[in-house]
Amino acid sequence: MTTLQPPVAAEPRPAPPPAKRDRRSWTGWGFLGPFVAVFALVFLAPIVYSIYLSLFRNQLIGGNQFVGLDNYTRALQDDAFWGAVGRVALFLAVQVPLMLGIALLVALALDSGRLYGKSFFRITIFLPYAVPAVVATLMWGFMYGTKYGLVGDINSAFGVTLPDLLSPGWVLASIGNIVTWEFVGYNMLIFYSALRVVPTSLYEAAEIDGAGQWRIIRSIKLPAIRGAIVIATIFSIIGSFQLFNEPSILRPLALNSITTDFTPNFYTYSLSFNGQQHNYSATVAIIMGVITMVVAYAVQLRGMRKEA
Amino acid sequence: MSTSVTASPAKSTAPRLRTPRKKHTPGKPKRNVLLTVLMALMVLYTVVPLIWLIINSTKTQSGLADSNGLWFAHDFALWDNVRDTFTYHDGIFGRWLLNTLLYVGLGAGGATLLAVLGGYALAKFQFPGRRAVFAVVIGAVAVPGTALAVPTFLMFSKMGLTDTPWAVIIPSLVSPFGLYLMWVFAAEAIPTELLEAARMDGASEVRTFFQVALPLLAPGIVTVLLFTTVATWNNYFLPLIMLKDPNWYPLTLGLSAWSSQAQTIGGDVIFNLVITGSLLTILPLIAAFLFLQKYWQSGLSAGSVKE
Repeated sequence: MTTLQPPVAAEPRPAPPPAKRDRRSWTGWGFLGPFVAVFALVFLAPIVYSIYLSLFRNQLIGGNQFVGLDNYTRALQDDAFWGAVGRVALFLAVQVPLMLGIALLVALALDSGRLYGKSFFRITIFLPYAVPAVVATLMWGFMYGTKYGLVGDINSAFGVTLPDLLSPGWVLASIGNIVTWEFVGYNMLIFYSALRVVPTSLYEAAEIDGAGQWRIIRSIKLPAIRGAIVIATIFSIIGSFQLFNEPSILRPLALNSITTDFTPNFYTYSLSFNGQQHNYSATVAIIMGVITMVVAYAVQLRGMRKEA
Repeated sequence: MSTSVTASPAKSTAPRLRTPRKKHTPGKPKRNVLLTVLMALMVLYTVVPLIWLIINSTKTQSGLADSNGLWFAHDFALWDNVRDTFTYHDGIFGRWLLNTLLYVGLGAGGATLLAVLGGYALAKFQFPGRRAVFAVVIGAVAVPGTALAVPTFLMFSKMGLTDTPWAVIIPSLVSPFGLYLMWVFAAEAIPTELLEAARMDGASEVRTFFQVALPLLAPGIVTVLLFTTVATWNNYFLPLIMLKDPNWYPLTLGLSAWSSQAQTIGGDVIFNLVITGSLLTILPLIAAFLFLQKYWQSGLSAGSVKE
């Protein structure tokens, strides 16, 4: 294993002298070309095609007709769509801060060097990341069960009646728990990796100046990993807005609680594959993509502005 | 059980302004019991579902219904369950396992190869359009993958690719995160002077890449390979929309099909097989993470620095 030097900056070293650069100017494309070709096929082409689809409507008589922005007008007045957006927004507002907060605390605890059995904790808390969403949801789904699951066991053992975690009032929180379980370790690892490359000389200097642990965390560690926190937040936001796997796999167990328009993605999926409304589905997907990008961009701007 | 990543390499290179008067040991703070207990609670949260899975994969269908979820039933049926999982429905589970291996081999393997080549190019070459490529790729990460799924499905269906393995493999070939990680990693791990020296000796670009660059990129490659493998192994949404024929299902899709067949009228209830199958599905990945942790943790550290 090679020893890793902490990168000084993400930007590559200075460019070679112009004469050499000219000779090799297109060589880079030889290496990057394959990635770009596949990227164009599976990212760019579908985006363009999606925009194209959103401008048409498939009618029984007349086939595909150009309808301009009609699909967009419909989506903006669609209660099912906005209900789904509201649900993921609520999910986002509660689950993401909770998950990232726990992940940050765990990362700081690991980094503090004050733990017994540090590497055991680090790898164990990370492990759920290796569990597919399907398996995670099936496991938790079974455990939530009041008849056979753990909730049922607790009820009969203690003679209590816990709320039905799959009922309409609780199912969003139950899904939040599954997603937190899946990704808390992954985010922890991102924060922890970022903490590891903070130069230790900074801590030494701070300690000599008489700074306590909390002060070091607040003034050195958190600012040093701000970039990692912003990135993790953005990925979590994108993940929340895309929520699909967990509700769709949990649905057979909670038919009354999880409707086919439970999240925007679920709605898009149902429109396309159960309703054959491909054009409208593409429109909803585009609007959701734009909302996601705007929110992610706003978070990034805010995260970076604080840098000063 | 695990080797910890060696203390931040920066420590050795950071200049010491002055020697501390008394022996100062900032690297060895006091261990804290309370903190350790709090972390143990966190570990409990993490592993209870996994323990639940292991325990319940030893139960029969009836044992599942009438025993406590966190303890064994009277009958120990793990081996029967494993056998039944592989023989149920003419051994379709084995077929799903092979499909998953195929998708991971070609999808994750190909994605890693493309990311390594591309990251190397972005890190070590100046060429027209380099900055534009970066901007587009990073921008595309913000586009929800699932939002692309429906148009991709329609496109692939026109090309006759749906319901074939290609529909799952081709979209798996692109990993923007892998590209980014390899870019940062290559910029640091390969000294440009070394490449210049190889070229000076008359080595071709291809040879320089394979003989000089590739060995230096090994920890980064392991990291990217592991993360693309997880993404492909755990993929659910893409195969769900692309595949109709159960013979092409990966494990994830097969398991959810087994689970939901209990809800269909007259469907065979095989929760014991769903649980055992789930256990069998996660074991290879967990093993990979445990055995390779030294590599991927160092690879991640390099990638997470400065954005």
